[in-house]
Amino acid sequence: MLHTFVAYVEDKPGVLTRVASLFRRLNINIISLTVGRSERTGYSRMTIVAEASDQAGHRIRASLYKLEDVAEVDDISGISAVTRELALIKVAANAENRSGVFELAEVFRARIVDLAPESMMIEITGVESKIEGLIQVLNERENRVLEVCRSGKMTMRRGHHTSRVLRAMGVSAEPSPSDRESNESPSSEEPE
Amino acid sequence: MTHGQSEFDPEVLTRLTGAELLWATLVGEGVTEVFGYPGGAILPAYDALRKFPIRHILVRHEQGAAHMADGYARASGKVGVAIATSGPGATNLVTGIATAMMDSIPIVCITGQVSSKVLGTDAFQEIDITGITLPVTKHNFLVSRAEEIAPAIRAAFQIAQSGRPGPVLVDITKDAQQATAIFDFAGAKPRAYAPHPMLHCTDQKLHQAAELIRKAERPVILAGHGILQARAGEQVRNLAERMQIPIGMTLLGLGAFPASHPLNMGMMGMHGESWVNQAIQEADLLIACGMRFDDRVIGTPATYATKAKKIHIEIDPAEINKNIAVDVALVGDLREVLEQLLPLLPGRDGSAWLRLIEASKGTAAVRDIRNLPDSGHLYAAHVMHDLWRITEGRAIVATDVGQHQMWEAQYYHHDFPRTLITSGGLGTMGFALPAGIGAKFACPDREVWVIAGDGGFQMTASELATIAQEKLKINIAVINNGYLGMVRQWQEFFYERNYQSTPLVSPDFVKLADAHGIRGAAVRTRAELENVVNEARAHDGPFLINFMVEQEDSVYPMIPAGRALHEMIRRPDQNPLIETPQDS
Ligand SMILES: Cc1ncc(C[n+]2csc(CCOP(=O)(O)OP(=O)(O)O)c2C)c(N)n1
Ligand SMILES: [Mg+2]
Repeated sequence: MLHTFVAYVEDKPGVLTRVASLFRRLNINIISLTVGRSERTGYSRMTIVAEASDQAGHRIRASLYKLEDVAEVDDISGISAVTRELALIKVAANAENRSGVFELAEVFRARIVDLAPESMMIEITGVESKIEGLIQVLNERENRVLEVCRSGKMTMRRGHHTSRVLRAMGVSAEPSPSDRESNESPSSEEPE
Repeated sequence: MTHGQSEFDPEVLTRLTGAELLWATLVGEGVTEVFGYPGGAILPAYDALRKFPIRHILVRHEQGAAHMADGYARASGKVGVAIATSGPGATNLVTGIATAMMDSIPIVCITGQVSSKVLGTDAFQEIDITGITLPVTKHNFLVSRAEEIAPAIRAAFQIAQSGRPGPVLVDITKDAQQATAIFDFAGAKPRAYAPHPMLHCTDQKLHQAAELIRKAERPVILAGHGILQARAGEQVRNLAERMQIPIGMTLLGLGAFPASHPLNMGMMGMHGESWVNQAIQEADLLIACGMRFDDRVIGTPATYATKAKKIHIEIDPAEINKNIAVDVALVGDLREVLEQLLPLLPGRDGSAWLRLIEASKGTAAVRDIRNLPDSGHLYAAHVMHDLWRITEGRAIVATDVGQHQMWEAQYYHHDFPRTLITSGGLGTMGFALPAGIGAKFACPDREVWVIAGDGGFQMTASELATIAQEKLKINIAVINNGYLGMVRQWQEFFYERNYQSTPLVSPDFVKLADAHGIRGAAVRTRAELENVVNEARAHDGPFLINFMVEQEDSVYPMIPAGRALHEMIRRPDQNPLIETPQDS
């Protein structure tokens, strides 16, 4: 399954290597990893998405915590969270077939951020499926995709919502973060 | 001046060179010995050493320095320190660091590094040692400013000893050693140690565990290295005695609970006692104390103790459910957890289960090899048994890796903590001699025996010169079977006796000792053994005994890798289920 971890790590040289090395040692492939400054001074925030067995989450989180430079690790796989990815997509487009791309951008709520005689650049933010949808549609057109640059996933837990708020937002009710916290570690040691 | 009082009072803030800061901080951390080897990038540190009350032991290979620091730590429970130069000096440490990592041993390794101005330019003897050691250290530091030296060293000591201990490396550039900074020992104190956030031992969990223990009919305690690390010997003893629970030991646990205690069944695992493995397979509850269900003790996960519920008391949350899924995990310091658990356990009559185990020993337990008729052959098992008897089980024994290591574990009955120094997790040949040297420095008044195979001994035999130079009273037993014995045994069992590259031509070890000014003698029969051992013990200086043992003997019982604990190989040509007195 896909595991998503949010980690606060000290902002200093070598920390990324230590985190990446941990996954390498466990022979786990990192699907995406984003790092940037966080609200805490001296700490960066990472979102790490990795494909691993269902039981691996506990060990990865525990192992991440064993790294001296890691301050906090949240395993938010399957937890109510907002996930976004940013993509820049350059497509072949000239004066004749540009307008179709504008239309597509409109539909996908994407923006055109660069326009050259032979190409255009689209900026799109959203969940993975939305970005992949746009790329797929572009590929089906005569506007060849020239370059794709994707940020990888960024994730943040939702605030503490009552199920009514979630319904109003059109999101299904999931266990609140605090509920999950309290039964997470204990249940993780029961053999599955 | 070799080692007088430190000129530097930690109370007074003084400007020192980075090199001086290094030693002053080590003195502040209570270090009295370091094991090392000089070279260009660490020369400023060596130059400053004479001003500090620290004894430097010049090794013959940096691997030896790391193993000595390791042996020092295992024997004393304190942090061992190794020091080396950049490049090849640093890479030579790696095997020793990895050995300490696998066995959770607190050591601090200090390496010199090229100047910060040329870092990354492939300068002479530049190597990325923090990169190389990243997976085999608990943490490491690259220090390029004098101001950072004291904080890095102090943090290294804290990290090495806290939680699940392990090795830490501090790589210090030459210019940082040469620059100056204010020495402020107190100010360099690391931030307070924060326990792993996933430690988890609630009342609810404790009650669940207590309930399982109270209800169990066939419980077994699995006693591991964590008992020594957490100094929880007394608590484990209370648990066992109060609830009448038999104990099986891991290799690294040996000594943590007295071998002679009636509840101690002996060692478990690949070369463990048959009845211990059988008891584990029959158990309805396993209480794992400071052990990590290593593959050498579980056989295969799918076949391991399938009838048993499992309680895992362990400080490292990453070990929970790693190899074996458990029912209740008490994640925390073993001693603290047991202190909380014990009041919930009123006592219990365990005699039926204990009788069952006793009966399962059959004749397998009749192994008093002392009383065997002397066939003229010398068996390694005899050597171990007799060494145990003659030293009254009180020596600190450093073993190497191979058959002799297993025979030592089977026949030298360790009643006292920290008396067995052996490489378990990494199984590093060449460990015994330097580790024994480290142990001797940690415990100068104790009798120290190094027991090594003829193969492994030669991997670090150059440290004989260190023993001679430092005038150490260490006794060395080379178990000379003319083979890389353990590998030969695998070839015998699993590769149709194709003894490819395992026969070993060795130098005359007695002459080798003699060349170092070390006394020695060969022992070929059991009849000679006691006299020579006593001569060695009485001799006022190091002594090497070359035990010429039976060449093609094998360690029994044995669970082949990847098989279940009950599928063990017994001595051939006999009822495979019964080990007779001749089995030894
Ligand atoms: C550094 C290293 N290389 C190789 C091995 C693999 N190995 C394990 S036991 C062994 C044989 C050891 O022979 P010896 O030292 O003579 O001891 P014996 O088994 O004969 O008692 C070998 C080669 C190892 N454990 N460590
Ligand atoms: Mg041998």
